[in-house]
Amino acid sequence: MNILVLLKQVPDTETKIRITSDKKNIETTDLKWIINPYDEFAIEEGLKTKERLKEGTVTVVTVGPTRTVEALRTAVAMGADNAIHVKVEETLDTYLVAKALAEVCKKEGAQIIFTGKQAIDDDQAATFGYVAELLQYPSVTLAVKCDVSVDKTKATIEQEGDSGAKNIIETSLPAVIAVTKGINTPRYASLPGIMKAKKKEIKTYSMADLGLGSETSKTIDSDYQLPPERAAGKKLTGDIPTQVKELVRLLREEAKVI
Amino acid sequence: MLNFSLSDDQIALRDMVRKFVQQDIIPNAAKFDESGEFPKEIINKAWELGLMNIAIPEKFGGMGLGIIEDVVISEELGAGCLGMTTSIAVNTLALYPILIGGTEAQIEEFAVPFLSSPKLAAFCLTEPGSGSDAGSLSTMAKEEGDHFVVNGSKMWITNAGHAELFTVFCTTNKDLKTKGIICLVIPANTPGISLGKHENKLGQRCSDTRALTFENVRVPKKNMIGKFGEGFKIAMRTLDRTRTPIAAGAVGAARSAMIYAKNYSKERKQFGQPIANFQAIQFMLADMAVNIESARLLCYKSAWLIDNGQEEQGGYFSALAKRHAADMAMEAATNAVQIYGGYGYTKEYPVEKIMRDVKLVQIYEGTSQIQRVVIARHLLKD
Repeated sequence: MNILVLLKQVPDTETKIRITSDKKNIETTDLKWIINPYDEFAIEEGLKTKERLKEGTVTVVTVGPTRTVEALRTAVAMGADNAIHVKVEETLDTYLVAKALAEVCKKEGAQIIFTGKQAIDDDQAATFGYVAELLQYPSVTLAVKCDVSVDKTKATIEQEGDSGAKNIIETSLPAVIAVTKGINTPRYASLPGIMKAKKKEIKTYSMADLGLGSETSKTIDSDYQLPPERAAGKKLTGDIPTQVKELVRLLREEAKVI
Repeated sequence: MLNFSLSDDQIALRDMVRKFVQQDIIPNAAKFDESGEFPKEIINKAWELGLMNIAIPEKFGGMGLGIIEDVVISEELGAGCLGMTTSIAVNTLALYPILIGGTEAQIEEFAVPFLSSPKLAAFCLTEPGSGSDAGSLSTMAKEEGDHFVVNGSKMWITNAGHAELFTVFCTTNKDLKTKGIICLVIPANTPGISLGKHENKLGQRCSDTRALTFENVRVPKKNMIGKFGEGFKIAMRTLDRTRTPIAAGAVGAARSAMIYAKNYSKERKQFGQPIANFQAIQFMLADMAVNIESARLLCYKSAWLIDNGQEEQGGYFSALAKRHAADMAMEAATNAVQIYGGYGYTKEYPVEKIMRDVKLVQIYEGTSQIQRVVIARHLLKD
């Protein structure tokens, strides 16, 4: 089975984000980059699916500048068989990224596509849907379990719904499955894996190779702003009955939790 | 030509170990410290990740990595729990004699099986009556036809209770002193071996430390590593390779002590301000930083020398590295407890454990005093 995993390299969660002077992007020099944690679940699910089926290949794909090869190598060190890098130096919008990913999925004859439900940098949760739409494949998000049928024509997915409800969804394959926390525990890249990954040849495409040379982004990021500083906590004063009254009022009127 | 950066693979390795330490070691360290239980599952995981037996050459199916990788791994593990670091590192210590002095057939028979399952081995040099003076060991190996018959006791043997293989240093003739020492590989299930109790230690409490007794243990001659009389040299060459990773473990422990103390000093307020504002605290932190960085550089240098074939110079530098790393880590951990004050003296906070754990680094694999002896001997030799 041809299992594809779409992944994105994102700034480490502990990074301090700064905005460029033209406000069109974040400062990317000196950032520490990691694989989007939801995509790590997707890699693990790809590997697990292959293990359960006892056959198949797991191919990881990313779109981005040269540095993103590092994310692919980590995925190979975890156990992915192949890696494909769509090399672009400029920032693309979700539409173009999805276009590129969809083209790769077509080229590779993907039979199932895993990705994270969203990336933790821009939190758009858009890529899986775009890719599915462009390929005209079904898609399921918030997957916490995914079983591929023995004949590999369909998958049964457990989806985490609101307020803890679970939906069981059966889909035909190929399909795009967007996974979320709880589906598995991603394995570590082992030391032999790391050694093997450094020798692995990574297939590289340009946008032109994918027939997308003349495509341009449909959206432009124009004004990045940092979130407002968090206000200091409130300290209640007065005797206990006054404080309790004030606390209840705040919980009701400001926090709106009671 | 001077280059202080790790390669991409070494960085990937470091990041992987760091993640493993964050997710699997740190959350469990206090529990195993308290109970003294052997962290077998964590050791198995370290094996699965390929962090053990890394020196077995590629042609035998191993990774054939050098001391520098060992140093990178040890610093990260040491930042999580030195007891677990020791337990994980001992396989390398026990297998090096085979890799250094063994024939290809011996490497195949005794070392290579460690690549296919998470088995443990133990290095048996120290005895109840011979510690720093390792050359005076008295475990006797008597020739009897195609066997040796071994009698004697070993002391402070790490992983002894869980090991399947012992690398044992014995003498065939005490009058020959170090020239009478041989190295034997003895499977743990050989009749005549008995285990002492698990020692209840001050620190590194989860590492399994025991005495071992050999009573008429018959060992085939084919299990001798190297030639007659080469055992001591093999032991010393082994320790030249493991001393630096041990030092790196202390660097990791000191690094953690410094980070804990730094963070705490920014939170803890006295006299109306964070104690980090006080020079007395700042100076302790600054000294930690200087010592950690310099000890790490010594580790890298000694690793680099050995990996690049300059064994003698590398051995000397490994003594410099271990002396400095062990002693500075002890100071850093003590001062981290000092910065935490009364809280640091309790098990609610992680620094007292580091202090107990690093104490052992000043003692095992050559005390800080023995390192100074080695260093001074080298300085004064001509």
